[in-house]
Parts: sequence; C-alpha cells; structure tokens
Amino acid sequence: MPKKSFRQAVNEALRQEMERDPSVVVMGEDIAGGMGAPGEDDAWGGPLGVTKGLLAQFGRGRVLDTPISESAFIGAAAGAAATGLRPVADLMFVDFMGVCFDQIFNQAAKFRYMFGGKAKTPMVIRTMYGAGFRAASQHSQCLYPVFTHIPGLKVAIPSSPYEAKGLMIQAIRDDDPVIFFEHKAMYDDEEEVPDEAYTIPFGEANFLREGEDVTIVAIGRMVKFAREAADQLAREKIDCTVLDPRTTSPLDIGSILESVRETGRLVVVDEANPRCNMATDISAQAAEQAFDALKAPIRMVSPPHVPVPFSPALEDEFIPSVEKIGAAVRSVMAAPARRAA
Amino acid sequence: MPDIAPLTMPKLGLSMTEGQVAAWHKADGDKITAGEEIADIETPKITTALESPASGTLRRRLVGPGETVSVGALIGVLADPVTPDTEVEAFIEEWRARFAAEKAAEPEAAAPEQERVATPYGPIQVLEAGPAAAPPVVLIHGFGSDYQSFLLLQPLLASRLRTLAVDLPGHGGSTKELPGADPASLAKAVAAAMSARGIQAAHLVGHSLGAAVALALAEQEPARALALTLVSPAGLGPEINGEFIAGFLSARRPRALASVLAMLFADEQAPVGHEMVEAVLRAKRLDGAEAALSAIAAANFPEGRQAHSLRHVLADPARPVNVVWGRHDRIIPASHAAGLPPHVKVTIYEDAGHVAHMEKPDHLARLI
Repeated sequence: MPKKSFRQAVNEALRQEMERDPSVVVMGEDIAGGMGAPGEDDAWGGPLGVTKGLLAQFGRGRVLDTPISESAFIGAAAGAAATGLRPVADLMFVDFMGVCFDQIFNQAAKFRYMFGGKAKTPMVIRTMYGAGFRAASQHSQCLYPVFTHIPGLKVAIPSSPYEAKGLMIQAIRDDDPVIFFEHKAMYDDEEEVPDEAYTIPFGEANFLREGEDVTIVAIGRMVKFAREAADQLAREKIDCTVLDPRTTSPLDIGSILESVRETGRLVVVDEANPRCNMATDISAQAAEQAFDALKAPIRMVSPPHVPVPFSPALEDEFIPSVEKIGAAVRSVMAAPARRAA
Repeated sequence: MPDIAPLTMPKLGLSMTEGQVAAWHKADGDKITAGEEIADIETPKITTALESPASGTLRRRLVGPGETVSVGALIGVLADPVTPDTEVEAFIEEWRARFAAEKAAEPEAAAPEQERVATPYGPIQVLEAGPAAAPPVVLIHGFGSDYQSFLLLQPLLASRLRTLAVDLPGHGGSTKELPGADPASLAKAVAAAMSARGIQAAHLVGHSLGAAVALALAEQEPARALALTLVSPAGLGPEINGEFIAGFLSARRPRALASVLAMLFADEQAPVGHEMVEAVLRAKRLDGAEAALSAIAAANFPEGRQAHSLRHVLADPARPVNVVWGRHDRIIPASHAAGLPPHVKVTIYEDAGHVAHMEKPDHLARLI
C-alpha cells in the first residue's frame, strides 16, 4: 500500500469527496491563489500546501479564495451549509478564531437546535494548531477544548495520516459543523493510506495498544508521543494501553472508562494549556465515574499555563514530551496501593 | 559439525523483517524431535508456533522471551548431547559471523507488493510471489478476509511455486462492485485476475468461501483448475456458524472484532495480533465494503445456512483434490468432509480450527 503524508491524506480526502459530491466546495485564504491580482494560480495551495492541485481540477467555482476576513468567510460557509452546499473552510491558524466566534458558536453550532431540527449545517472548518513550529504564541495554540465546550459542534483531531483521511471524509459527509484540527508539525508524517475512500466514525476511540498496567489517553500529536513512551515502558515491564479518542466531541468516554476499570491507572496527555483542557475533562469524568477502580491518582501531562514561548529552548520545554509521559506513567505505577477502608 | 543444527527466526509473511520470541516451550537440555513445537514467535500480525527443523538436544537458547531479532538470526542451537560445549560455542560464533557478513553484503530483497490488476469486473488486488516460471498456485481467501489470510502459507509455497493470492470482489483492495454475490460470479473475477497475470490454469487453493469459489471456477472452466486444495471449504454441507458471520459484519471496534476472529482458531487464545485486527477493520471501513460483504453473506449464508452446494464438482476423478479441515472448526463443521468421492484426499488436523492454513501452514505447504 502506498505511503502518504498527512498533507497528502487530507488533500486526497478533499479531492475524492469533491469528485463524489458536487456540493462540496473549499474556501479560504490563499487556497486558490492569484485571484483578482496578477499572481500565479494555485501558487501555495493554502498556507502549507494542503489544497494544492484542487484549483486545476475543480476550478474557481469550487475552490474559493477569500479576503483576509475570517468573520466574513466563516459566516459565508455557515450560510452556504445551511442552504445546501458542503463547504470546507480553511481557518488557517486556530488562533484566529476569535474574530469569528459568533459565526461558529452562536450561528453554525445552533442552527439545528434553534430551528427545531429542520436545519442542518454540513460545514467543515479545517484549522492548524499546535506548538513546535517556532511560530510564537499567536500561531501555536491548541484551542480544541474551546470548541469541545460548545454543544452543536463536532471536533476531530486526527493523530496520523490514515486517521486524517478517514476522519476528513467522515467530517465532510457529516450533517453538523465539524472543526477539523491539523497539527502543523505533522504534515510530513507518513504512513500507509489506502487509495480508496473510507470513513472513520466519530466518537469511537482507537486502541493503539493494549496493556494491563496503565491507560494513557492522548490527543492529536500526543498520540505518537504516548505510543513511543509506551514502547519504552514495555521494556521496563510496564504494560500500557494507548487510547486515541479521535474526536473530543463526541467523546468516547465509554472506552476510556472501560480501559480505566481494567488498568486502574490513568494518564492523560494533552498539548492544550492545562486549565479546562481535555485532560481535566477526561480526568474529571474518570474520577466521577470510575473512582472505585483507581489504584493511583490520575496524572495529567500538559504544558504549563503560559503562552507558547517564542524562544526555541522554552518552546521545546513547553511541549509534553515522551520523557514526561514516561515519568508520569512511572509515578502512577509507584503510587502506593489504596489502603483498605 | 553435522550434529549441530541452528534454530533461526522464521519469516512469517513476505514483508516480515524481525520477530519476537514470545515464549520457549523447551528448556536447555530438553530432547527435541523434529516437528515438535519449540517456541512461540510473535509479530504485530500473528503469533505462531516454531516447529523444530531437526531432532536433537536443545543446547542453547540465545534469545530470551520478549526479545526481538531479525529474520534469519540464530535464536537457539540443537546438538547431540555428547557434543562438547566448546564445539557448540564455536558453531554459534561462526554462524553469527557468517550471518552478519551475509546481511551486510546482501541487503534484503524488497518484499513483493500487492498490486491492482484491471479486469472487466473492476480492479482486483493480487499479491504475487515466487519464481515466474514455476507451476502456478492461486490462493483464494475466505469471507471477510483478503490476501493476508495466506500470510504464513504463501511464503512457504513461494520458495518453489508461482503463487498468486487474489482479493475477492468486495474484499481487501479489490473492487467493491460485485459481479454477483454467489460463488459462480466471484469465480469469474478470479478467472479474470488469473488471465490478467497470464495464468491460464493453476492449482487452486481456497479457504472457506474461497474454496466454494474455487469449486465454482472448476465447474465453469474445468481446464483452469489443475488441482484443488480446499481448506475448511464452504459448499460441501448446509451448516455454517451464523453467529460468526453476523458478528463479523457488525464488529466495528478492535476488541469486538478480535473476539469474533478468535472463533476461527481451535485455540481460544487466538494468535491474531493488533495489526491483523486493524487490517481487517481498515478493509471494512472502505467505501462500499460493508454493503458488499453484507450482500455476499446474504447470498451465500442466509440465516446461518449455506445456500450453495458444490459437492458435485468433486466427482471428476481426473483432478487431484485435497480437502483439509481442523477437527475444532467452529465455523463450518469438519463432518462435511465425510462421504466425499474416494479420489479426494481428506486430511483432518486434530488440533486445528477453521484456518488450517494459519494453524498448520507447514503441513499444508507439504500437501500442495
């Protein structure tokens, strides 16, 4: 099977769905290039080349360059979705979402509910997130917890190229607004990805490995780190389950709790800032619903509560690492067994 | 040193490069008979028993449980009990030096890759391995599977035969548009894939539904089937485990699927690894796969019964036929092997289930 990069996997998903369904359109800043100016067509294919080649195949009617105004084009996408298209809008950096809060939270997310189930909003917002790109604090955040907080939105955070293609096709076919998170440090990751179209259902966690000692839940790019940590820990005879929720909304809390009941130990790895992130949410649910199964305190591996630093040394220290995950797992293994009441 | 024999990491599957010794079943000093199960070898796809290639005393185990080494690496040594330790040590040293030199001199040949061939029924995925001039064998998997069903058998055959494993329509990397869901229709696609690879006639090896497809092909175009080897074949009796079929169709998560796949093996502790389960799940997620598999299940195994009988195809005494079954087959009962014509050679493995080609690949390879 051919190996493809994360970038190619998302591009292939967009291309195949645009071929299959004429109502699918893509829109965003610089995704066509050269519009209304003496520039080169399809010069960039979006800021990091994900939509490259779509313009030549589908034309300007379906690959829409937009002004640098997120509030305008995200609102346009929501309206287009409510009236029959399936737009995939490129919000570039999730850090910019502040200017289109109302369009996403108060409009797109609420249409189905406010119109008594009579409206659907099949839009996808692609957006880049994450640190490690030397892009400083305004282009490096992981704001998925903010979207996860809003009922009416779905949030997909693929952890590999295979996952990205299947989750993107699912997102496009979904009748609700989906915020689709792409980590900028993962675009060149490669793995085997089928040429055919396929879907990965939302709300079904992926078990990457199963072990008896500790459950590690990790999100997005952290899944790769967790897996690496688990491989190292296996050599120390610590056997970990690694669980990737794939979507934070809906969240497959059932699989997480099932695993915690088996292992009795939980470590949650989340690149988002530590207050009100996915780690606190998952930990709270596990503490509330599986407290009796816990053999040790839950541990969260997250960055500190500070903006993402611009200093490379500090940025590297900021991001949860394989070593920090390993240390957290060892600490829950070392925690004393609960005393009998 | 003819009385010293090496135990090496076997190649389980054409793309395997390293494997783990999961457990030893024998200790240093134990007397071993050739063919005895001596250790368990684990890869991310499957765990399988390593049969001793020779008789002798297990003198040294060189790889501990849980350790991973390259394919072909020395994992233990068998020798005569009177052979002095110094000779055993010298053998190990010499063997290791030669292995390292060979590995350095000759980078591993690329594993053959699966390809899609164009047929009138749409693209059909095949995996070809073995010398092109050798007699051809066509491998046809069972319901819900794909070419990887022959992960263990194909490399054993490919050392002396031209092997072509074919993904049936609706399965693996083949088209999800069915030419029809019954064995006769699926057989047409297999014949087309054979033609596309320039194979006019072959020894057909079919497992379960794939065996019914092989029988249907032999009926449609008798000249194509030089011989048949049928592993736990469908088409020879009315019973089939409907729970397996329904469970397979509905399973969407690794755990649920793993417990369904476990029914294939005699051993409750199914040797299927994470990668194998994931591969089956991924095939099921492809657009059109679920619909195609449901249609095939409905056409062949409605309500836990088999819809097609192909026993009459075995009547021709001129075509050699092997029928192979595991006594503990929990999908199609081994009793279907009873009452076949006398020219059909029936082999029943007492300690196998529905997948003798995965449970007894070495024995089966010798039969073909």
